Amino acid sequence: MKSATLMLTLAIAAAWSAQGASAQTLKTVKDRGLLSCGVTQGLPGFSAPDDRGNWAGLDVDLCRGIAAAIFNDATKVKYVPLSAKDRFTALQSGEIDVLSRNTTWTLSRDTSLGVNFAGINYYDGQGFMVRKSLKVNSALELNSATVCLQTGTTNEQNLADFFKGNNMKYEVVAFSTADEVVKAYESGRCDAFTADISQLYAERLKLTTPAEHEVLPQVISKEPLGPLVRHGDDQWLDVVRWVLFAQINAEELGITQKNVDEQAKSDKPELKRIFGTDGSLGEQLGLTKDWFQRIIKATGNYGESFERHVGASSKLGIARGLNQLWSKGGIMFAPPIR
Amino acid sequence: MSSEARRPPPQFGARLRRALGGQAGWRGFALQVVLVVVLAWVAHAVIDNARANLATQKIASGFGFLWSTAGFGVSQALIPYSESDTYLRVLLVGLTNTLVVSLVGIVCATVIGFVVGLGRLSPNWLLARIAGAYVEVIRNLPLLFQILFWYLAVLAALPNPRQSIALFDSVFLSNRGFGMPKPIGTDALLPFAIAVLIAIGVAVVLRIFARRRLFATGQRMTIWPAVTGLLVGFPLLAASIFGAPLGFEYPVLRGFNFAGGLRVVPEFVALAIALSTYSAAFIAEIVRAGVQSVHRGQAEAGASLGLKRGDVMRLIVVPQAMRVILPPLTNQYLNLTKNSSLAVAIGYPDLVSVFAGTTLSQTGQAIEIIAITMAIYLTISLITSGLMSLYGARTSRSMGA
Repeated sequence: MKSATLMLTLAIAAAWSAQGASAQTLKTVKDRGLLSCGVTQGLPGFSAPDDRGNWAGLDVDLCRGIAAAIFNDATKVKYVPLSAKDRFTALQSGEIDVLSRNTTWTLSRDTSLGVNFAGINYYDGQGFMVRKSLKVNSALELNSATVCLQTGTTNEQNLADFFKGNNMKYEVVAFSTADEVVKAYESGRCDAFTADISQLYAERLKLTTPAEHEVLPQVISKEPLGPLVRHGDDQWLDVVRWVLFAQINAEELGITQKNVDEQAKSDKPELKRIFGTDGSLGEQLGLTKDWFQRIIKATGNYGESFERHVGASSKLGIARGLNQLWSKGGIMFAPPIR
Repeated sequence: MSSEARRPPPQFGARLRRALGGQAGWRGFALQVVLVVVLAWVAHAVIDNARANLATQKIASGFGFLWSTAGFGVSQALIPYSESDTYLRVLLVGLTNTLVVSLVGIVCATVIGFVVGLGRLSPNWLLARIAGAYVEVIRNLPLLFQILFWYLAVLAALPNPRQSIALFDSVFLSNRGFGMPKPIGTDALLPFAIAVLIAIGVAVVLRIFARRRLFATGQRMTIWPAVTGLLVGFPLLAASIFGAPLGFEYPVLRGFNFAGGLRVVPEFVALAIALSTYSAAFIAEIVRAGVQSVHRGQAEAGASLGLKRGDVMRLIVVPQAMRVILPPLTNQYLNLTKNSSLAVAIGYPDLVSVFAGTTLSQTGQAIEIIAITMAIYLTISLITSGLMSLYGARTSRSMGA
């Protein structure tokens, strides 16, 4: 029903809205006093309600960062849970201002969906989860297997490419929500569950006995995940992009949620620029002078956010890997704030 | 004087005016023209504006995507399909899947519905109560819930393929679906088919002859033993001369799953069972209402003419009941077809799932895809109700109504 409503909204919006009235997102958000952020329907580590019912996760921290930068209040966010299938329509129709929902950046999405990717907040790849009892050690042993997945993802085409490229047969059962996939996989409808590896770790927590399942080592695709905004509003694109870059730069500069207030008083020219005591970088973005301080105070730096939600100390226990900073052996890199 | 001469002279102007403007005359006609023009203008403005807006937002539009490669797999395809086929092919795969589950659903729902409906009218206390309980339970539970029940509670509880339940070593039930022998025609299929056709032809001729005789002389001819003999004996004879007409390919366990044979995915089974049992509950009530709408005097009149009980039912009650049954029955058929789109919840690759779902999210062309999908459902529904009206017209005519 949700998706039908969304389609209708899109059709009506496309048909009736006056042309070219879309480039006002920042103003709209400020006037509304609330950021509308598209997230998953519950993917632990990225966006899921915690035990107190508050949304939390790596993707959620980006929404909170944006809200903090605009309102100096990270709670001024309305979270809109979306299935993989409905997410783009929700953004196109204007129901959400930003989609922060572990979405893979691809050329076709960038060019044909009327969206722009603001950056990458998680470098991922597609993999498989199987029962340990199957005694499968490699994805190449999955010939003739039945594979469950969530529809509306890049995973469907990757899966077809992988099996075809290796001359293997498979049967795919596609469900519209991740929870339906988990249920079908758990009931034994399929031999393997395919998704981005981070997601497999997260979904494994939902199984009755996570220890009986393993994620195979093969990575069959690259899945750079990041936030998206509507095409045609460059100012808003900049805001979302630089909130993400602020979080990454903060880690690189050693600025944390705890020491941010002290660092803000620093005399270093670089920090003075970033914290807005010198120059007007924040205003250039359409934000305030202390935008950087607001963000880090609300969410911490990227590394803190990662550790809190998906890292070794969290329930997911995923290693930093590619998502480590470029200066520490990973590829996470953000342009400088200057 | 012939009756034609008394007709009033043809008034073409007046007739045209009445046809076009009804009682309002020319003014009404002008109003209608204005309305049509306004509607056309609004439609044009909407489409034009939508196209311009999509273009400024850089959202792809147009129907060209139908010819690009889909690149994803589908678990059940009744027509040959591979990942390198186009989105148009995906549309056809989804459409055939929708049609087949609706058709199976309609046939099963009609059979179950008639049995339960007549059962509810039965003088047998237990049978009537069981049929009544069926109707009350099934029609009062949400359909989506029933689909999930069959899928997650019943079919998923079956063992995995390696421990599947085998019936006569040829039919295998597992949580991956039902595997059964796949019939493959042999050289003897053609003579066998000819034998069946001849048998049917002779049986039809025999029936026509028997009916003529009944109308001419009032004598009944018992033809069913001869017809049964023909229909069974003739093909058997052909088979004994030319050999078995069909060979069977049995499913075998290979790797993770059964290979070969005919396989029915559990999503289809769950959906077909849920749709047919659900609609059957409504059809049962329609049938009951239809039969009860025929006045008892009709059956009594039939009996006093000397007709047998079965003949009274077949020749008098059912044709009159059908007149009441058909319109709501058509509604049920349409509902069933549309309800099949709930397939998306259990991953059955119907039209909504593979086309308005996967294809939509891969191409992002929501407006075009939703428009195509709506047009297809509308067409299916119109064809169904058209066929039902044809059938209705036939039954009314045969009653002389």
